Amino acid sequence: MSSFWSIWVSVLSLGTLVGCFFLLRMCLKNFAGVPEGESMGHTFDGIEELNNPLPKWWSTFFLVTIIWGFGYLLLYPGLGNWQGLLGWQSSNQGILNLEESKAKTAEYLKEGSNVLVQYDREVHAADLKYGPIFEAYAARSIPDLAADKEALKVGQRLFLQNCSQCHGSDAGGTTGFPNLTDKDWLYGGSPEAIKATLIHGRKAQGMMAWETALGGEKGVKEVAAYVMSLSGREVDPELAAAGKPQFQMCAACHGPEGKGSLAMGIPLGAPNLTDDIWLYGGSKRAIEASIANGRAGVMPAWDAILGEEKIHVISAYVYSLSQD
Amino acid sequence: MSQSNTSAVDYNMNVVRQFTVMTVIWGFVGTLIGVIIAAQLIWPALNFETPWLTYSRLRPLHTNAVIFAFGTSALFATSYYVVQRTCKVALFGGKLVSFTFWGWQAIIVLAIITLPMGYTSSKEYAELEWPIDILIAVVWVSYAIVFFGTLVKRTTSHIYVANWFFGGFILTVAVLHIGNSMVIPVSMFKSYSIYSGAIDAMMQWWYGHNAVGFLLTAGFLGMMYYFVPKQAERPVYSYRLSIVHFWALVSLYIWAGPHHLHYTALPDWAQSVGMVMSIVLFLPSWGGMINGIMTLSGAWHKLRHDPILRFLIVSLSFYGMSTFEGPMMAIKSVNALSHYTDWTIGHVHSGALGWVAMVSIGAMYHLIPILFNQGRMYSIRLINIHFWMHTTGIVLYIVAMWISGVMQGLMWRAVNADGTLTYSFVESLTASYPFYFIRFIGGVLVVAGFGLMIFNMIKTIYAQDGSLKKVEMA
Repeated sequence: MSSFWSIWVSVLSLGTLVGCFFLLRMCLKNFAGVPEGESMGHTFDGIEELNNPLPKWWSTFFLVTIIWGFGYLLLYPGLGNWQGLLGWQSSNQGILNLEESKAKTAEYLKEGSNVLVQYDREVHAADLKYGPIFEAYAARSIPDLAADKEALKVGQRLFLQNCSQCHGSDAGGTTGFPNLTDKDWLYGGSPEAIKATLIHGRKAQGMMAWETALGGEKGVKEVAAYVMSLSGREVDPELAAAGKPQFQMCAACHGPEGKGSLAMGIPLGAPNLTDDIWLYGGSKRAIEASIANGRAGVMPAWDAILGEEKIHVISAYVYSLSQD
Repeated sequence: MSQSNTSAVDYNMNVVRQFTVMTVIWGFVGTLIGVIIAAQLIWPALNFETPWLTYSRLRPLHTNAVIFAFGTSALFATSYYVVQRTCKVALFGGKLVSFTFWGWQAIIVLAIITLPMGYTSSKEYAELEWPIDILIAVVWVSYAIVFFGTLVKRTTSHIYVANWFFGGFILTVAVLHIGNSMVIPVSMFKSYSIYSGAIDAMMQWWYGHNAVGFLLTAGFLGMMYYFVPKQAERPVYSYRLSIVHFWALVSLYIWAGPHHLHYTALPDWAQSVGMVMSIVLFLPSWGGMINGIMTLSGAWHKLRHDPILRFLIVSLSFYGMSTFEGPMMAIKSVNALSHYTDWTIGHVHSGALGWVAMVSIGAMYHLIPILFNQGRMYSIRLINIHFWMHTTGIVLYIVAMWISGVMQGLMWRAVNADGTLTYSFVESLTASYPFYFIRFIGGVLVVAGFGLMIFNMIKTIYAQDGSLKKVEMA
């Protein structure tokens, strides 16, 4: 903040406290012109006011809080650009991006720095305390951890705090968010694939909206019927037959037999359409909506949030869910 | 206590009657919506999969209904009554006076229509969209003209302390509302704030906390300063205390907003100033409670017989509790535990149900017989039952929220030996259900109490003129 605004806000803040002090001092004296305890002499709709003194405990306590206020503003940042004598900050102030934040954190954590950034210090202390636990887990393979009950508990807790919001507390998923307990994988269920998904996130290539390309609602209904027939569901055979040639367009991602991109060895995120597992709902209406309007799912990248070591443990937990 | 207009001045009591009746009705409606959403938190199916019955739309309707329909109608009624009686002059403004009544009720009806429809600016306690905001500004400026116009043409030499508080509240709310509602409209029912990011958050809580500070505190202190001495028939305890606590309260409150944004992207200096001012504010807040309760010295026995006085005095106790709790919660390290938990909800309701509602209910029970030419309310016993239902309801409500709030705060910060959090969010939610149920029961008692009040009011209004004689209490 510019020095003008710094002085402006400091003068106003201190002025308010100083004003309260003088106000209190004024009212401690009997300036009312009538003896203490007597009526002020004016009535309002029959209400009189007495000229009683301020309760002593009250005025003393008020004075103490005012003095404390000055003390706090001396010790902590509160007056414009004044940093406070203790050098305390809740987090890096005035930073504009992650790079700047990291640079400041490194600078302030250096020994001899007299700036105490509460957030950085607490994270640093936690890293020192818990870091070795996760370092040890990270040194073991994911299948090994998946057989370790203690490690799985840790993984489950991390999952519940970070993943359950979308995938559910039981990892069973919901519309738009995959079930992680079955063997139906969009990007692969190997330990490495799961870990890669967590670290980098996944952005589905995006199923485009097909309604126009399919010539409107009729085309959508035909392809939907054919898609439903792939998992053995009962459909109007005429509609499905009409949809079959048009499915060639879908085959580019879902494969000629509709077994999904993974079956072709390409992690595009195009689901298997033959297993009767439906990410966006398996009703006729939901499937038609998917075809007509398209779908695009996103899994965020967790590397910058959790770090590789914790992701390693979560990966083991997720991997364990679909092992028999 | 005089019956209606025995003095020479021809007071405008019509608008006071209108606002008084609507206060009682909106009190019932606002708390009823509160109970519905409290029930939805336990039984989510109660939204019946209907968009306009969902929690997200009814919650702002509840807060708007209790703050702006119930609370503000009570302030209109009492400020119009008090300013006339203590200035010994009829209201200034002619037709503007009834415009404030019909305009304000129109705003409430618009809120009841647009909020469930999903129209919202998404600013807490300022959800109404820009056309309604403009109407609020117009009505509020009219209110200011009426109030200050009446003060100007007063026939008394001094301005009574109640009017300082009413005046301070009217002026500041105008500034707050206009400042926070600055938006760029994109259509009839959608607009975007002209502020962005942390500045928008700061503006929002400068507004939000001062809605509490000036509307729900200063305004109701004005009410207290008339109705407590009047009902107790005792002089105000200390003139000098009222001076120091009024000026300190209004100058400190305006700084306190940042305590809603501790440990956020708001710069540290703003957080610190907000915290310091909130704590220094503690004693000035208590000045009002001391002045109110000490006014009763020498008349404590009246509490035994007079449930109206009981409403007023217990409201001051809740006021004292909330204004102690508030500064404590504004301390950064306490806030780190309390923020985002039900503790905040408990705090707000100890203020809203305990202080604001009880002082208003007391004032309304005092006013209704006077306004409708009766010596007393239809049933003093029903007032007493209302008092106990309301008090029990609040205690259940706030104790439940305190426990669940502190429990949530502790559960969210508990860590295992490996540094992972002990509880997931859902576990803290499951643990809160019993307290949600207790809160619901408390709310039902409060709503039922308002039901009794409506009944009592109707019986008083429709009783034959002067047939309800004042009972002399020892």
